[in-house]
Amino acid sequence: MTDIRIINANEAAALAAQLCRVQVVAAYPITPQTPVTEDLAAMIERGDLKAEYLTVESEHSAMAAVVAASQVGARVFTATSANGLLYMHEMLHWAAGSRVPVVTACVNRGVGAPWTILNDQQDSIAQRDTGWMQLYCRNNQEVLDTIIQAYRIAEQMLIPVMVCYDGFVLSHTNTPVEVPDQEDVDRFLPPTDGKHLIQEQERMNLNPLILSDPRPDASGEMKPGYMEFRFRLQEDLISSLDAIDRTDKEYGRQFGRVWGGLVWEYRMNDARHALVSMGSLASECTIAADTMRKQGLRTGVVGIRAYRPFPAEALAETLRRVETVAVFEKDISYGYGGAVASDLKAALFDANLRPRLSSFVAGLGGRDVRPEQIVQAATDAILKEPTSRWMDVRL
Amino acid sequence: MAEDTNKLIVARSAPAAGEAGRTGDWRSHTPVIDQDRCTGKDTCLLCWLYCPDGVISSEFPLEIDIEYCKGCGVCAEECPRDAITMVEGRTGGD
Repeated sequence: MTDIRIINANEAAALAAQLCRVQVVAAYPITPQTPVTEDLAAMIERGDLKAEYLTVESEHSAMAAVVAASQVGARVFTATSANGLLYMHEMLHWAAGSRVPVVTACVNRGVGAPWTILNDQQDSIAQRDTGWMQLYCRNNQEVLDTIIQAYRIAEQMLIPVMVCYDGFVLSHTNTPVEVPDQEDVDRFLPPTDGKHLIQEQERMNLNPLILSDPRPDASGEMKPGYMEFRFRLQEDLISSLDAIDRTDKEYGRQFGRVWGGLVWEYRMNDARHALVSMGSLASECTIAADTMRKQGLRTGVVGIRAYRPFPAEALAETLRRVETVAVFEKDISYGYGGAVASDLKAALFDANLRPRLSSFVAGLGGRDVRPEQIVQAATDAILKEPTSRWMDVRL
Repeated sequence: MAEDTNKLIVARSAPAAGEAGRTGDWRSHTPVIDQDRCTGKDTCLLCWLYCPDGVISSEFPLEIDIEYCKGCGVCAEECPRDAITMVEGRTGGD
Protein backbone atom coordinates (compact mmCIF):
# COMPACT_ATOMS: atom_id res chain seq x y z
CA MET A 1 0.00 0.00 0.00
CA THR A 2 1.24 3.47 -0.85
CA ASP A 3 2.64 5.35 2.13
CA ILE A 4 1.38 8.92 1.90
CA ARG A 5 2.16 11.30 4.75
CA ILE A 6 1.13 14.89 5.37
CA ILE A 7 4.53 16.45 6.01
CA ASN A 8 6.56 19.57 5.35
CA ALA A 9 9.72 19.79 3.26
CA ASN A 10 12.02 19.59 6.27
CA GLU A 11 10.45 16.30 7.27
CA ALA A 12 10.65 15.15 3.66
CA ALA A 13 14.36 16.01 3.56
CA ALA A 14 15.12 14.11 6.77
CA LEU A 15 13.08 11.13 5.54
CA ALA A 16 14.96 11.16 2.24
CA ALA A 17 18.31 11.12 4.06
CA GLN A 18 17.07 8.20 6.14
CA LEU A 19 15.89 6.32 3.04
CA CYS A 20 19.33 6.90 1.49
CA ARG A 21 20.86 5.25 4.57
CA VAL A 22 23.25 8.10 5.26
CA GLN A 23 26.01 7.04 7.64
CA VAL A 24 27.27 10.37 8.95
CA VAL A 25 25.24 13.50 9.67
CA ALA A 26 26.93 16.68 10.86
CA ALA A 27 24.69 19.70 11.11
CA TYR A 28 24.29 22.90 13.04
CA PRO A 29 20.78 24.23 13.61
CA ILE A 30 19.58 27.44 11.96
CA THR A 31 16.08 28.63 11.12
CA PRO A 32 14.34 27.41 8.95
CA GLN A 33 16.52 24.29 8.61
CA THR A 34 16.43 23.33 12.33
CA PRO A 35 13.67 20.67 12.14
CA VAL A 36 15.78 18.69 9.65
CA THR A 37 18.55 18.35 12.23
CA GLU A 38 16.01 17.55 14.97
CA ASP A 39 14.35 14.84 12.90
CA LEU A 40 17.65 13.19 11.97
CA ALA A 41 18.95 13.37 15.55
CA ALA A 42 15.74 11.72 16.76
CA MET A 43 15.92 8.98 14.10
CA ILE A 44 19.50 8.17 15.10
CA GLU A 45 18.68 8.32 18.83
CA ARG A 46 15.76 5.92 18.34
CA GLY A 47 17.91 3.58 16.27
CA ASP A 48 15.77 4.09 13.18
CA LEU A 49 18.81 5.33 11.28
CA LYS A 50 22.18 3.69 11.79
CA ALA A 51 24.38 6.74 11.51
CA GLU A 52 26.84 8.87 13.42
CA TYR A 53 25.42 12.26 14.38
CA LEU A 54 28.21 14.78 14.97
CA THR A 55 27.19 17.78 17.05
CA VAL A 56 29.58 20.31 15.62
CA GLU A 57 30.19 23.88 16.74
CA SER A 58 29.49 25.57 13.41
CA GLU A 59 28.45 25.11 9.80
CA HIS A 60 32.08 25.43 8.75
CA SER A 61 32.86 22.43 10.95
CA ALA A 62 29.76 20.58 9.77
CA MET A 63 30.93 20.75 6.18
CA ALA A 64 34.53 19.90 7.14
CA ALA A 65 33.26 16.85 9.03
CA VAL A 66 31.10 15.49 6.22
CA VAL A 67 33.87 16.08 3.66
CA ALA A 68 36.25 14.02 5.82
CA ALA A 69 33.67 11.29 6.41
CA SER A 70 32.95 11.17 2.69
CA GLN A 71 36.65 10.79 1.93
CA VAL A 72 36.73 7.54 3.89
CA GLY A 73 33.66 6.28 2.07
CA ALA A 74 30.67 7.21 4.24
CA ARG A 75 27.44 8.47 2.70
CA VAL A 76 26.94 11.82 4.39
CA PHE A 77 24.30 14.50 4.81
CA THR A 78 24.05 18.00 6.16
CA ALA A 79 21.59 20.86 5.89
CA THR A 80 21.70 24.58 6.49
CA SER A 81 20.27 27.99 5.60
CA ALA A 82 21.29 31.58 4.97
CA ASN A 83 24.18 32.81 7.11
CA GLY A 84 24.95 29.21 8.06
CA LEU A 85 25.49 28.40 4.41
CA LEU A 86 27.65 31.48 4.05
CA TYR A 87 29.72 30.29 7.01
CA MET A 88 30.26 27.03 5.06
CA HIS A 89 31.44 28.91 2.01
CA GLU A 90 35.12 28.06 2.29
CA MET A 91 34.35 24.39 2.91
CA LEU A 92 31.92 24.31 -0.03
CA HIS A 93 34.87 25.10 -2.29
CA TRP A 94 36.87 22.50 -0.39
CA ALA A 95 34.18 19.83 -0.87
CA ALA A 96 33.92 20.43 -4.60
CA GLY A 97 37.70 20.54 -5.03
CA SER A 98 37.96 17.30 -3.04
CA ARG A 99 35.39 15.74 -5.39
CA VAL A 100 33.36 14.21 -2.58
CA PRO A 101 29.72 13.16 -3.15
CA VAL A 102 28.32 15.21 -0.27
CA VAL A 103 24.61 16.05 -0.41
CA THR A 104 23.41 19.15 1.41
CA ALA A 105 19.94 20.55 1.81
CA CYS A 106 19.78 24.34 1.62
CA VAL A 107 16.56 25.63 3.11
CA ASN A 108 16.52 28.97 1.32
CA ARG A 109 16.43 32.03 3.54
CA GLY A 110 17.38 35.67 3.09
CA VAL A 111 20.82 36.77 4.22
CA GLY A 112 21.65 39.34 6.93
CA ALA A 113 22.24 42.21 7.41
CA PRO A 114 19.64 43.24 8.39
CA TRP A 115 18.50 39.98 9.96
CA THR A 116 15.71 38.12 8.31
CA ILE A 117 14.65 34.54 8.94
CA LEU A 118 12.26 34.56 6.01
CA ASN A 119 12.62 33.21 2.53
CA ASP A 120 14.51 34.24 -0.56
CA GLN A 121 17.23 32.46 -2.54
CA GLN A 122 20.14 34.83 -1.98
CA ASP A 123 21.96 32.29 0.22
CA SER A 124 22.37 29.52 -2.34
CA ILE A 125 22.72 31.87 -5.31
CA ALA A 126 25.69 33.41 -3.48
CA GLN A 127 27.30 29.90 -3.52
CA ARG A 128 26.91 29.63 -7.28
CA ASP A 129 30.61 29.55 -8.08
CA THR A 130 31.79 27.00 -5.52
CA GLY A 131 31.73 24.05 -7.95
CA TRP A 132 28.61 22.44 -6.45
CA MET A 133 25.58 21.32 -8.37
CA GLN A 134 22.43 23.15 -7.30
CA LEU A 135 18.94 21.69 -7.75
CA TYR A 136 15.85 23.77 -6.87
CA CYS A 137 12.59 22.13 -5.78
CA ARG A 138 9.05 23.36 -6.22
CA ASN A 139 7.23 21.22 -3.65
CA ASN A 140 7.71 18.81 -0.75
CA GLN A 141 7.46 15.67 -2.87
CA GLU A 142 10.15 16.99 -5.17
CA VAL A 143 12.39 17.65 -2.15
CA LEU A 144 12.17 14.01 -1.06
CA ASP A 145 12.64 12.65 -4.58
CA THR A 146 15.45 15.07 -5.45
CA ILE A 147 17.55 14.23 -2.40
CA ILE A 148 17.40 10.54 -3.34
CA GLN A 149 18.35 11.45 -6.92
CA ALA A 150 21.11 13.77 -5.63
CA TYR A 151 23.06 10.92 -4.03
CA ARG A 152 22.96 8.93 -7.25
CA ILE A 153 24.15 11.95 -9.26
CA ALA A 154 26.82 12.98 -6.74
CA GLU A 155 28.25 9.47 -6.37
CA GLN A 156 28.36 9.01 -10.12
CA MET A 157 30.02 12.35 -10.90
CA LEU A 158 31.99 12.75 -7.63
CA ILE A 159 30.66 16.28 -7.29
CA PRO A 160 28.67 17.53 -4.27
CA VAL A 161 25.01 18.44 -4.74
CA MET A 162 23.00 21.13 -2.97
CA VAL A 163 19.25 20.52 -2.91
CA CYS A 164 17.52 23.88 -2.42
CA TYR A 165 13.98 24.48 -1.21
CA ASP A 166 12.25 27.60 0.00
CA GLY A 167 12.20 28.32 3.72
CA PHE A 168 8.73 28.34 5.33
CA VAL A 169 6.96 28.28 1.94
CA LEU A 170 7.98 24.62 1.73
CA SER A 171 10.00 23.92 4.87
CA HIS A 172 7.09 24.60 7.23
CA THR A 173 4.10 23.89 5.01
CA ASN A 174 2.50 20.45 5.20
CA THR A 175 1.35 18.72 2.04
CA PRO A 176 0.84 15.07 1.06
CA VAL A 177 4.12 13.34 0.23
CA GLU A 178 4.41 9.80 -1.07
CA VAL A 179 7.21 8.00 0.76
CA PRO A 180 8.83 5.25 -1.31
CA ASP A 181 9.63 1.79 0.07
CA GLN A 182 13.06 1.32 1.59
CA GLU A 183 13.66 -1.67 -0.68
CA ASP A 184 12.98 0.40 -3.78
CA VAL A 185 15.31 3.16 -2.64
CA ASP A 186 17.99 0.55 -1.87
CA ARG A 187 17.65 -0.73 -5.43
CA PHE A 188 17.93 2.80 -6.86
CA LEU A 189 20.79 3.73 -4.58
CA PRO A 190 23.07 0.81 -3.68
CA PRO A 191 25.62 1.26 -0.88
CA THR A 192 28.76 3.23 -1.83
CA ASP A 193 31.26 1.07 -3.68
CA GLY A 194 34.09 1.15 -1.14
CA LYS A 195 36.54 2.66 -3.59
CA HIS A 196 37.17 5.63 -1.39
CA LEU A 197 39.84 8.23 -1.58
CA ILE A 198 41.51 7.12 1.60
CA GLN A 199 42.28 3.41 1.84
CA GLU A 200 43.38 1.63 4.96
CA GLN A 201 47.13 1.06 5.17
CA GLU A 202 47.82 3.55 2.39
CA ARG A 203 49.74 6.63 3.48
CA MET A 204 48.60 9.66 1.58
CA ASN A 205 48.70 13.42 1.39
CA LEU A 206 45.27 14.60 0.33
CA ASN A 207 44.94 18.01 -1.28
CA PRO A 208 48.57 18.97 -0.73
CA LEU A 209 50.00 22.24 -1.99
CA ILE A 210 49.86 22.17 -5.76
CA LEU A 211 52.17 24.25 -7.90
CA SER A 212 50.98 25.94 -11.06
CA ASP A 213 52.45 23.54 -13.60
CA PRO A 214 52.14 19.76 -13.88
CA ARG A 215 55.24 18.12 -12.45
CA PRO A 216 56.59 14.71 -11.48
CA ASP A 217 55.93 13.65 -7.90
CA ALA A 218 58.67 12.25 -5.62
CA SER A 219 58.42 8.86 -7.35
CA GLY A 220 58.73 10.42 -10.80
CA GLU A 221 55.07 10.06 -11.82
CA MET A 222 53.64 13.12 -13.60
CA LYS A 223 50.95 14.87 -11.54
CA PRO A 224 48.46 17.51 -12.74
CA GLY A 225 48.82 21.15 -11.78
CA TYR A 226 46.11 23.29 -10.19
CA MET A 227 44.46 24.27 -13.46
CA GLU A 228 44.19 20.66 -14.63
CA PHE A 229 42.27 19.65 -11.49
CA ARG A 230 39.98 22.66 -11.81
CA PHE A 231 39.43 22.06 -15.52
CA ARG A 232 38.34 18.49 -14.82
CA LEU A 233 35.85 19.77 -12.24
CA GLN A 234 34.41 22.15 -14.82
CA GLU A 235 34.26 19.44 -17.51
CA ASP A 236 32.57 17.02 -15.14
CA LEU A 237 30.05 19.66 -14.08
CA ILE A 238 29.11 20.14 -17.72
CA SER A 239 28.81 16.35 -18.08
CA SER A 240 26.56 16.40 -15.03
CA LEU A 241 23.84 18.01 -17.16
CA ASP A 242 23.33 14.57 -18.73
CA ALA A 243 23.62 12.80 -15.38
CA ILE A 244 20.92 14.99 -13.78
CA ASP A 245 18.57 14.52 -16.72
CA ARG A 246 19.18 10.76 -16.95
CA THR A 247 18.85 10.22 -13.20
CA ASP A 248 15.45 11.93 -13.15
CA LYS A 249 14.27 9.66 -15.99
CA GLU A 250 15.61 6.55 -14.24
CA TYR A 251 13.88 7.67 -11.05
CA GLY A 252 10.68 8.12 -13.01
CA ARG A 253 10.88 4.58 -14.42
CA GLN A 254 11.27 3.12 -10.94
CA PHE A 255 9.07 5.40 -8.84
CA GLY A 256 6.62 6.82 -11.38
CA ARG A 257 7.49 10.47 -10.78
CA VAL A 258 9.70 12.72 -12.94
CA TRP A 259 10.49 16.35 -12.26
CA GLY A 260 11.68 17.53 -15.66
CA GLY A 261 15.36 16.75 -15.24
CA LEU A 262 17.12 20.07 -15.86
CA VAL A 263 14.16 22.24 -16.80
CA TRP A 264 10.43 21.70 -16.48
CA GLU A 265 7.68 23.20 -18.60
CA TYR A 266 4.08 24.17 -17.95
CA ARG A 267 1.75 24.88 -20.90
CA MET A 268 4.70 25.73 -23.12
CA ASN A 269 3.52 23.81 -26.21
CA ASP A 270 1.74 26.75 -27.82
CA ALA A 271 3.09 29.51 -25.57
CA ARG A 272 4.09 32.89 -27.03
CA HIS A 273 5.18 34.18 -23.63
CA ALA A 274 7.21 32.44 -20.95
CA LEU A 275 7.57 33.03 -17.24
CA VAL A 276 10.93 31.71 -16.04
CA SER A 277 11.68 31.06 -12.38
CA MET A 278 13.08 28.61 -9.81
CA GLY A 279 11.70 26.81 -6.78
CA SER A 280 8.30 27.52 -5.28
CA LEU A 281 8.07 30.88 -7.08
CA ALA A 282 8.16 28.99 -10.39
CA SER A 283 5.34 26.82 -9.08
CA GLU A 284 3.34 29.95 -8.30
CA CYS A 285 4.01 31.25 -11.83
CA THR A 286 1.84 28.40 -13.16
CA ILE A 287 -1.18 30.01 -11.48
CA ALA A 288 -0.27 33.35 -13.05
CA ALA A 289 0.08 31.68 -16.47
CA ASP A 290 -3.42 30.17 -16.17
CA THR A 291 -4.86 33.61 -15.39
CA MET A 292 -3.01 35.23 -18.28
CA ARG A 293 -4.32 32.61 -20.69
CA LYS A 294 -7.85 33.46 -19.61
CA GLN A 295 -7.00 37.06 -20.51
CA GLY A 296 -5.90 35.97 -23.98
CA LEU A 297 -2.15 35.92 -23.46
CA ARG A 298 -0.77 32.49 -24.42
CA THR A 299 1.62 32.08 -21.52
CA GLY A 300 3.61 29.13 -20.19
CA VAL A 301 6.15 28.56 -17.44
CA VAL A 302 9.73 27.30 -17.60
CA GLY A 303 11.05 26.16 -14.23
CA ILE A 304 14.79 25.89 -13.79
CA ARG A 305 15.48 22.81 -11.69
CA ALA A 306 19.26 22.66 -12.22
CA TYR A 307 20.85 26.08 -11.74
CA ARG A 308 24.41 24.70 -11.64
CA PRO A 309 25.32 23.18 -13.99
CA PHE A 310 23.28 25.73 -15.95
CA PRO A 311 21.11 24.10 -18.64
CA ALA A 312 21.81 26.75 -21.30
CA GLU A 313 20.95 24.55 -24.29
CA ALA A 314 17.79 23.11 -22.74
CA LEU A 315 16.57 26.62 -21.90
CA ALA A 316 17.34 27.96 -25.38
CA GLU A 317 15.48 25.01 -26.87
CA THR A 318 12.35 25.52 -24.80
CA LEU A 319 12.38 29.32 -25.29
CA ARG A 320 13.20 29.19 -29.02
CA ARG A 321 9.73 30.14 -30.20
CA VAL A 322 8.53 32.62 -27.57
CA GLU A 323 8.28 36.38 -28.09
CA THR A 324 8.43 37.43 -24.45
CA VAL A 325 10.39 36.10 -21.51
CA ALA A 326 9.75 37.36 -17.98
CA VAL A 327 12.17 36.13 -15.32
CA PHE A 328 11.05 36.14 -11.68
CA GLU A 329 13.66 35.44 -9.03
CA LYS A 330 14.28 35.82 -5.32
CA ASP A 331 17.88 36.94 -5.50
CA ILE A 332 19.97 39.84 -6.73
CA SER A 333 23.56 40.02 -7.93
CA TYR A 334 24.19 43.38 -6.27
CA GLY A 335 25.46 46.03 -8.62
CA TYR A 336 24.03 44.28 -11.68
CA GLY A 337 20.74 42.37 -11.70
CA GLY A 338 18.98 39.09 -11.08
CA ALA A 339 21.44 36.20 -11.32
CA VAL A 340 19.04 33.88 -13.17
CA ALA A 341 18.07 36.56 -15.69
CA SER A 342 21.74 37.35 -16.37
CA ASP A 343 22.62 33.69 -16.94
CA LEU A 344 19.55 33.19 -19.10
CA LYS A 345 20.37 36.22 -21.25
CA ALA A 346 23.87 34.81 -21.83
CA ALA A 347 22.41 31.44 -22.81
CA LEU A 348 19.98 33.05 -25.27
CA PHE A 349 22.74 35.22 -26.73
CA ASP A 350 24.85 32.11 -27.41
CA ALA A 351 21.84 30.52 -29.13
CA ASN A 352 21.25 33.64 -31.28
CA LEU A 353 17.85 34.23 -29.70
CA ARG A 354 16.54 37.72 -28.94
CA PRO A 355 13.16 37.48 -27.20
CA ARG A 356 11.82 40.56 -25.40
CA LEU A 357 13.23 39.76 -21.95
CA SER A 358 12.21 41.34 -18.67
CA SER A 359 13.78 40.67 -15.31
CA PHE A 360 11.94 40.93 -11.99
CA VAL A 361 13.54 40.65 -8.56
CA ALA A 362 10.82 39.72 -6.10
CA GLY A 363 10.05 38.40 -2.65
CA LEU A 364 13.31 39.23 -0.90
CA GLY A 365 13.35 38.57 2.85
CA GLY A 366 9.98 36.84 2.76
CA ARG A 367 7.94 39.62 1.12
CA ASP A 368 4.91 37.80 -0.20
CA VAL A 369 4.65 37.43 -3.96
CA ARG A 370 1.02 37.08 -5.00
CA PRO A 371 -0.04 35.54 -8.33
CA GLU A 372 -1.82 38.75 -9.38
CA GLN A 373 1.46 40.64 -8.95
CA ILE A 374 3.17 38.17 -11.28
CA VAL A 375 0.29 38.55 -13.76
CA GLN A 376 0.56 42.35 -13.66
CA ALA A 377 4.34 42.40 -14.08
CA ALA A 378 4.32 39.80 -16.87
CA THR A 379 1.43 41.51 -18.69
CA ASP A 380 3.32 44.80 -18.60
CA ALA A 381 6.40 43.00 -19.92
CA ILE A 382 4.35 41.70 -22.84
CA LEU A 383 2.34 44.83 -23.68
CA LYS A 384 4.92 47.51 -22.82
CA GLU A 385 8.69 47.78 -23.19
CA PRO A 386 10.98 45.11 -21.67
CA THR A 387 12.11 46.13 -18.22
CA SER A 388 14.47 45.20 -15.42
CA ARG A 389 13.12 46.07 -12.01
CA TRP A 390 12.29 45.04 -8.46
CA MET A 391 8.69 44.12 -7.71
CA ASP A 392 6.69 45.61 -4.86
CA VAL A 393 9.35 47.88 -3.35
CA ARG A 394 7.52 50.39 -1.11
CA LEU A 395 9.72 53.43 -0.70
CA MET B 1 34.67 6.17 -10.80
CA ALA B 2 37.38 4.36 -9.01
CA GLU B 3 40.99 4.55 -7.99
CA ASP B 4 42.48 5.68 -11.31
CA THR B 5 39.93 8.41 -11.84
CA ASN B 6 40.50 9.73 -8.34
CA LYS B 7 44.18 10.17 -9.14
CA LEU B 8 43.31 12.53 -11.94
CA ILE B 9 40.54 14.52 -10.30
CA VAL B 10 41.77 14.77 -6.70
CA ALA B 11 45.16 16.15 -5.71
CA ARG B 12 46.90 13.43 -3.73
CA SER B 13 50.36 12.05 -3.19
CA ALA B 14 52.32 9.60 -1.13
CA PRO B 15 54.30 11.25 1.67
CA ALA B 16 57.94 11.38 0.51
CA ALA B 17 60.94 13.68 0.59
CA GLY B 18 60.70 16.15 -2.27
CA GLU B 19 56.92 15.74 -2.64
CA ALA B 20 56.51 19.52 -2.78
CA GLY B 21 59.33 19.81 -5.32
CA ARG B 22 62.99 20.74 -4.86
CA THR B 23 62.22 23.42 -2.33
CA GLY B 24 65.93 24.17 -1.83
CA ASP B 25 65.78 26.55 -4.76
CA TRP B 26 63.42 28.83 -2.81
CA ARG B 27 66.31 29.71 -0.53
CA SER B 28 67.87 33.18 -0.37
CA HIS B 29 69.92 32.45 2.77
CA THR B 30 71.56 29.19 3.76
CA PRO B 31 72.05 27.86 7.31
CA VAL B 32 75.65 27.04 8.18
CA ILE B 33 76.40 25.02 11.35
CA ASP B 34 79.43 25.74 13.46
CA GLN B 35 79.99 22.19 14.76
CA ASP B 36 82.32 23.50 17.53
CA ARG B 37 79.54 25.57 19.07
CA CYS B 38 76.88 22.80 18.72
CA THR B 39 76.33 20.83 21.96
CA GLY B 40 76.44 17.58 20.05
CA LYS B 41 73.93 16.18 22.55
CA ASP B 42 70.52 14.73 21.79
CA THR B 43 69.12 16.49 24.87
CA CYS B 44 69.16 19.63 22.69
CA LEU B 45 68.22 19.01 19.03
CA LEU B 46 66.04 22.12 19.07
CA CYS B 47 66.98 22.88 15.46
CA TRP B 48 65.82 19.40 14.41
CA LEU B 49 62.65 19.81 16.44
CA TYR B 50 61.73 23.25 15.10
CA CYS B 51 62.71 22.75 11.45
CA PRO B 52 59.34 23.04 9.62
CA ASP B 53 60.65 20.98 6.71
CA GLY B 54 62.30 18.16 8.63
CA VAL B 55 65.56 18.57 6.77
CA ILE B 56 67.95 18.53 9.75
CA SER B 57 69.41 15.17 10.80
CA SER B 58 69.01 13.97 14.38
CA GLU B 59 72.47 12.45 14.49
CA PHE B 60 75.73 14.24 15.18
CA PRO B 61 77.43 15.96 13.60
CA LEU B 62 74.19 17.55 12.41
CA GLU B 63 73.60 17.81 8.68
CA ILE B 64 71.08 19.93 6.79
CA ASP B 65 69.60 18.58 3.57
CA ILE B 66 70.31 21.54 1.37
CA GLU B 67 68.25 20.04 -1.48
CA TYR B 68 65.04 20.83 0.44
CA CYS B 69 65.98 23.48 3.04
CA LYS B 70 63.91 26.59 2.19
CA GLY B 71 66.22 28.86 4.18
CA CYS B 72 63.56 30.06 6.62
CA GLY B 73 66.12 30.58 9.42
CA VAL B 74 64.01 29.07 12.22
CA CYS B 75 66.91 26.76 13.20
CA ALA B 76 69.32 29.70 13.54
CA GLU B 77 66.74 31.61 15.59
CA GLU B 78 66.10 28.67 17.94
CA CYS B 79 69.67 27.44 18.50
CA PRO B 80 70.48 28.37 22.13
CA ARG B 81 74.24 28.42 21.40
CA ASP B 82 74.12 30.50 18.20
CA ALA B 83 75.76 27.65 16.38
CA ILE B 84 73.77 28.23 13.19
CA THR B 85 74.29 31.29 11.00
CA MET B 86 72.22 32.27 7.98
CA VAL B 87 74.60 33.12 5.15
CA GLU B 88 73.35 35.00 2.14
CA GLY B 89 73.02 32.92 -1.02
CA ARG B 90 72.08 29.36 -1.94
CA THR B 91 75.30 27.67 -1.07
CA GLY B 92 76.33 28.86 2.37
CA GLY B 93 79.36 30.69 1.10
CA ASP B 94 81.21 27.78 -0.53
